[in-house]
Amino acid sequence: MTDVFSVSVIVGILTSAIRLATPYLYAAIGETFAQRSGVLNLGVDGIMLVAAYGSFYVVLKTGNIWFGLLAAIIIGLLMGLLMSFISVTLKAEQGISGIGLYMFGLGLSSLLFKTTIGTVKTVTGFQPVKLPLLGDIPIVGNIFFNHSLLVYGAFLLVPLAWWVLEKTTWGLKIKSVGQNPAAADSLGVSVERVRYTSVCIGAILAGIAGASLSISLLNLFQDNVTAGQGFIAVALVYFGGWRPFGVLWGALLFSTVNAFQLWMQVLGVKIPSDVAIMLPYLLTIAALALSTNRGLAPAALNKPFERGES
Amino acid sequence: MFKRLIVVLVLMAVLVTACATPTATTAPAETFRIAVVMPSATTDMAFSQSMWNALTAIQTEMGGATALEIKYSENMFNVPDAATAIRDYASQGFDVVIAHGSQYGSSVQEIAKDFPEVTFAWGTDVNTFGMNNVYAYTAAAEEGGYVNGVLAAKLTKSKIIGVTGPVEVGDAKTYIDGFVQGVTAVDPTITVSKTWTGSFSDVALMTEAAKTHIAAGADILTGSSQSVVGSIGAAKEAGNVLWFGTQQDQASLAPALVVASQVYDWTGMVREIIASHKAGTLGGKTYTLQLKNDGLKIVYNPGYALAADIKAAGDKAIADIISGAVTVQP
Amino acid sequence: MTFEISKKQTKRQKFDWASLFFNALLPLAGMLIALLIGAVMLLILKVNPLVAYAELVKGAFGNVSGITQTLVKATPLLLVGLGICIAFRASVINIGGEGQIIVGAIAATWFPLTFRTWPGWLLIPLTLLVGFAAGAVWGFIPGILKARVKVNEILSTVMMNAVALQLMNLLVRSVLMDPAGITAGTYLAQSERLPEQVWLTRLVPQTLLHTGSIIAVVLAVLVYIFLWRTTIGYRIRAVGFNPEAARFAGINVPFNQALALTLAGGFAGIAGAIEVLGVQHRLLEGITSGYGFSGIVAALFGGLHPLGTIPASILFGALLVGGDKMQRAVQVPNSLISTILGLVVLFVVGSALWSRRWAAKRQMDAAKNEEPKP
Repeated sequence: MTDVFSVSVIVGILTSAIRLATPYLYAAIGETFAQRSGVLNLGVDGIMLVAAYGSFYVVLKTGNIWFGLLAAIIIGLLMGLLMSFISVTLKAEQGISGIGLYMFGLGLSSLLFKTTIGTVKTVTGFQPVKLPLLGDIPIVGNIFFNHSLLVYGAFLLVPLAWWVLEKTTWGLKIKSVGQNPAAADSLGVSVERVRYTSVCIGAILAGIAGASLSISLLNLFQDNVTAGQGFIAVALVYFGGWRPFGVLWGALLFSTVNAFQLWMQVLGVKIPSDVAIMLPYLLTIAALALSTNRGLAPAALNKPFERGES
Repeated sequence: MFKRLIVVLVLMAVLVTACATPTATTAPAETFRIAVVMPSATTDMAFSQSMWNALTAIQTEMGGATALEIKYSENMFNVPDAATAIRDYASQGFDVVIAHGSQYGSSVQEIAKDFPEVTFAWGTDVNTFGMNNVYAYTAAAEEGGYVNGVLAAKLTKSKIIGVTGPVEVGDAKTYIDGFVQGVTAVDPTITVSKTWTGSFSDVALMTEAAKTHIAAGADILTGSSQSVVGSIGAAKEAGNVLWFGTQQDQASLAPALVVASQVYDWTGMVREIIASHKAGTLGGKTYTLQLKNDGLKIVYNPGYALAADIKAAGDKAIADIISGAVTVQP
Repeated sequence: MTFEISKKQTKRQKFDWASLFFNALLPLAGMLIALLIGAVMLLILKVNPLVAYAELVKGAFGNVSGITQTLVKATPLLLVGLGICIAFRASVINIGGEGQIIVGAIAATWFPLTFRTWPGWLLIPLTLLVGFAAGAVWGFIPGILKARVKVNEILSTVMMNAVALQLMNLLVRSVLMDPAGITAGTYLAQSERLPEQVWLTRLVPQTLLHTGSIIAVVLAVLVYIFLWRTTIGYRIRAVGFNPEAARFAGINVPFNQALALTLAGGFAGIAGAIEVLGVQHRLLEGITSGYGFSGIVAALFGGLHPLGTIPASILFGALLVGGDKMQRAVQVPNSLISTILGLVVLFVVGSALWSRRWAAKRQMDAAKNEEPKP
């Protein structure tokens, strides 16, 4: 039995963790945008499923992975518009509209899969791409620099999201609309337009999260292929304190412990598998409980805005 | 808001029933009618699909939908919903109602006594509740597991084999236990390493589990449940990792890497149930799919060039199990 | 809160037919839009939508079997929904229903199997209590984490759901596994069948309707009394209505929120216990059937009022049961049902806007009419 702490095992764990974290990163960073502007979108998993189906179908039929990615983006946008319409324009209770969107997405993806494909098939999606020079660094190269483009994209998204939120006027608008929409409104910011945009950004990223599963990491589609990852992603937004780097930390923590428990099982460590599987969830709660640096929730989160109401 | 919803639904009911035409559920007198209730999708590449494949194959064999009418309800993982479906189909005059899920047992026990002219078949379990219109069926998955194990043990070069499973229950457990026995029978020094993902549907975690096995040196993988499509994908990505399947012929997913699959072939059983029903026997028997009665088949993948002597070892294992020379413990 | 306004309104005025009609028209319009989109999908699948929808209504209300099945499904929805009502009133979101149902079901299986010789009249109430307690613990943990270390309850409840599922897997494949399955070599993912004296009585022969439905309605009334007629209930509602004001009034906000989460967990736990005692008679995989989430929808459709959740659960249950019947009758894939239901939820919840605006306008008009003339 290989020593659990040998180099090859650690490399294996970290490489797995980076792969596992990818869909969570896309979906959670997307949800961060939506929530920062004040909208809770619980339908992320539904968006991921329809986009996973759509991108898979396009790649299956055309063989072109970029068309597949585009399909995921378009699907994300459409479902984002639906969610925005219901939650922002119609000011519906966001918790349920999210669950409704999830039910819709789950049903639609299965329906379309069954009627248009009918059985599980595989495609050749985004393949791992070794970065020149960086990829040749011993040990570190294998962990970080030998992944598919969608994986790199997820990690590059984090500093990009931070920059948008912290360093652009657009980010300022998003945050102000989420913190105090009445004040933002009085300053001439269109609360509705900002929220539409953030929710749609979130939905597009959720779509890419779905594609990262069906045309990159797994290269297949099956009923309920996300298995609830969208909900974990939403939870990670809270863990990360509504900050992109906090979300990154949460996604990595969760995924690393997950990869770790898989390795423990493979190496035959004597722990019941069910307890091993619980570890990422328990440790995520523990990590948040023990941390002192918490982000502040957007004050207007989950409250529809009506001019004239407070 | 609830007041409004009451009015809504009443209005809807009036509107719809006023315009609707009645459904016809009758079929030509000669048509044999089978209804099946399943806990997952007909496309799951696993348990439900195996029964669905068998029924559609028999339908073609008998001459199409006019000879055999099949109605189905899938994704019935909620047992009371499934019970309603089973009872509904029974009351619509179906000849045979198949409750294809081990969680449906109590429902079958309750419903079968109300419909003495309907044949109920359910599995996987062995209990017919002493009723003469109930069949029970199960699959001795450990048998095919053993054969796969023998083949795998002879094929592995790294002497490390990885198993990716969902939860250690049911035929996932029995298949894998049989597999381990097969490996040990050939070479007890081979390491068989098992991971359980805790979910029947989490493909992403199953894929990662498979990749972990591969990174730890496994050159052969096997596993069970609908989510193993992920493991097969991981084997394909690694390029030289072989796969052994169960419940379904999984060769289509990785034509160059799947060595063999244990296939659940329910057609023999279904044929017998139909024939018995026509002859007047409605139940009272337990079927076990085995290598012996052709209910379990080891399907070698023609796309993989299996060395003749290894195939011979596999065939010998099959013969031994059939003859009783080897007993596999579930 | 809008519900308070419209409740006050109807108490003060004579029965408002116009308002009722208008209020009914809007969600009806919403539901019709959803069903229209569903009809288009049905047409694409070559199914007559009118026939299909007729089957839906017949399936839910058309015969004894349908009506009882609707009530059977409504029961766990109501129980989970009651917990959601309490939690939402304290401004806490409980997405942990799935996990709380599971631990309630585990407890309600382990207890009667351990004390299998005890008589039914003792075993049933104790088992329900044990189920409540287990669910309450599963709600207490996120509650105390929120109160003491400010861990957001959405994070903790989502994580606890997964932990509960693995806990059930662990137990059902080891200590709680049905011995019959072990001897037969089938190793099914279920517990032993519970002793008959702990089964809830079936009310209608050849159906699954059981006394748990009556228990649920009684509990709904109790929750109403609790929230509106007790001091603790008042505090919980005050915390949700205006946490700052409540704090100034000396109410311990974190404590009451933790209490609300604990109670919400307890009710979901009872839902799990009642599913085990009344329907399944054992613990098995899939015992939750998503009630942890659909209970939230039922509670919100019911206006977050315990008594309102009763008809809301029945209607939501009817949609689920009717949907299944429709699937069987016209043989559409049942993912179509889920799609249509999702659209119904989206559009009905979206139509609430105009109801609120209408109610607010009526309120303003009524107030204007009462101004003293100069």
